[in-house]
Amino acid sequence: MKPFSYERASTPAQAAAAVAARPGAKFVAGGTNLLDLMKLQIETPTHLVDVNGLQLDKIEPTAQGGLRIGALVRNTDLAADARVRRDYGVLSRALVAGASGQLRNMATTAGNLLQRTRCPYFYDTAMPCNKRVPGSGCTAIGGFSRQHAIVGVSDGCIATHPSDMAVALRALDATVQTTSATGTTRVIPIADFHRPPGSTPHIETALQPGELITSVTLPPPVGGTQIYRKVRDRASYAFALVSVAAIVQRDGTGRVAMGGVAHKPWRVEAAEVEMPRGAAAVAGRLLAGARPTHENAFKLPLAERTLAAVLEQARS
Amino acid sequence: MDSTDDITITRRNLLIAGAGATATVPLSVAAQAPAAEPAVVSRVSLEVNGTMRTLEVDTRTSLLDVLREHLHLTGTKKGCDQGQCGACTVLVNGRRTVSCLSLAVMNTGAKVTTIEGLGTPASLHPMQAAFIKHDGFQCGYCTPGQICSAVGVLDEIRRGVPSHVSADLNVQPMVSAAELRERMSGNLCRCGAYSNIVDAITEVAGARS
Repeated sequence: MKPFSYERASTPAQAAAAVAARPGAKFVAGGTNLLDLMKLQIETPTHLVDVNGLQLDKIEPTAQGGLRIGALVRNTDLAADARVRRDYGVLSRALVAGASGQLRNMATTAGNLLQRTRCPYFYDTAMPCNKRVPGSGCTAIGGFSRQHAIVGVSDGCIATHPSDMAVALRALDATVQTTSATGTTRVIPIADFHRPPGSTPHIETALQPGELITSVTLPPPVGGTQIYRKVRDRASYAFALVSVAAIVQRDGTGRVAMGGVAHKPWRVEAAEVEMPRGAAAVAGRLLAGARPTHENAFKLPLAERTLAAVLEQARS
Repeated sequence: MDSTDDITITRRNLLIAGAGATATVPLSVAAQAPAAEPAVVSRVSLEVNGTMRTLEVDTRTSLLDVLREHLHLTGTKKGCDQGQCGACTVLVNGRRTVSCLSLAVMNTGAKVTTIEGLGTPASLHPMQAAFIKHDGFQCGYCTPGQICSAVGVLDEIRRGVPSHVSADLNVQPMVSAAELRERMSGNLCRCGAYSNIVDAITEVAGARS
């Protein structure tokens, strides 16, 4: 690990200013992904700003009837919150499908959104990777790509976003609140938070340098049957090959987002008009234009079948 | 003929140059690394097993390395050092945590409980006693992490934290074998003592309820 200096911030604006003022500075909250990457020198911050003291660890009702989740709420506490379990079941389910009990106790809501891909070539510093070293090339294209993305990919990157939580947040139409070094705040819809890889896969989110996530807001509950189904290589503690977050209403309408298939939680609202017609119709539009590799083409039928199983579960 | 000599010389020169480079690289790294990237030292105060400890540590030091290398509490084990095996699990403010993925400096003011703080050979924690009774280990390397994690699991179930296998999110989770296996999936045991570990945790949970 490269040496770094360290400070604790006491307000969001101060934290944002501290990171904005120093090139190479980063926020640290749970640290579960950042420290792992620092040990491998994939992340090499020269300065860490610890945001754990910012008191952004509350879950509060909003005036609109939704919930505002502080950026520092731990994954365990979000999954266990009685309001989330009752009204946003897909979010509880997605959270407990991810990582291990220890990691969920440490990982934060904002950090979960900002975690990096688990592409093995991103992790292998001996290999080219456009995300790690811009312009160096992509080893996954033509390499071992079983875990990789099938939609929204570019010629420079086929990495997936590994979060389960974010897939549920996409289905729930969450928004991300931030503050900058100057104290200005803004709201980013979750749909726009993660960027397509394009020719700049190293730029992963809409955040500006030093911009700090302060909360994630859920709109008022939409009811329905809420399901998160994750298909993975072992029963627990593994990343998704394919996952489906679904909210299905009694009349068969609803929302679907997928994980494990793209650089971001993958949702196409236009595909959801097909929901009463079944999984094949929805998957056909949701995954239109897919560009799988020869190693991950299985994800196309897997995604459709997983969605079919979810819709059947919702009906029963 | 000339070309053959050239190749021979080139290869010899290459080997000599290579040997020289091999010899000099470690020296230059040793000479330059500290000057180019000096370590940053920071103070951390935390409570470990009921005792306040204040240390000056390199900011890069993990909580795990502070426990083992600075405080010599070697019950907590380093397995993968990347959060995947659970051998380094300790309780931080009562919650199970992988100490390898937490910086010591981030734990200022925290209350840390390691396997040494749970119980002693003369006065075992119920979970320690149950692991012995049920042969919940063979080599023992993962055991301190398993026991700290198991103590955390029963507290999480008591607090109503759901798991991936909980059938209903809105009822109190049960202490079933399926629940314990899912909740303990962050602790690997290469000896394969899993079924006995589940028996040990089940017994402690039963004694409490």
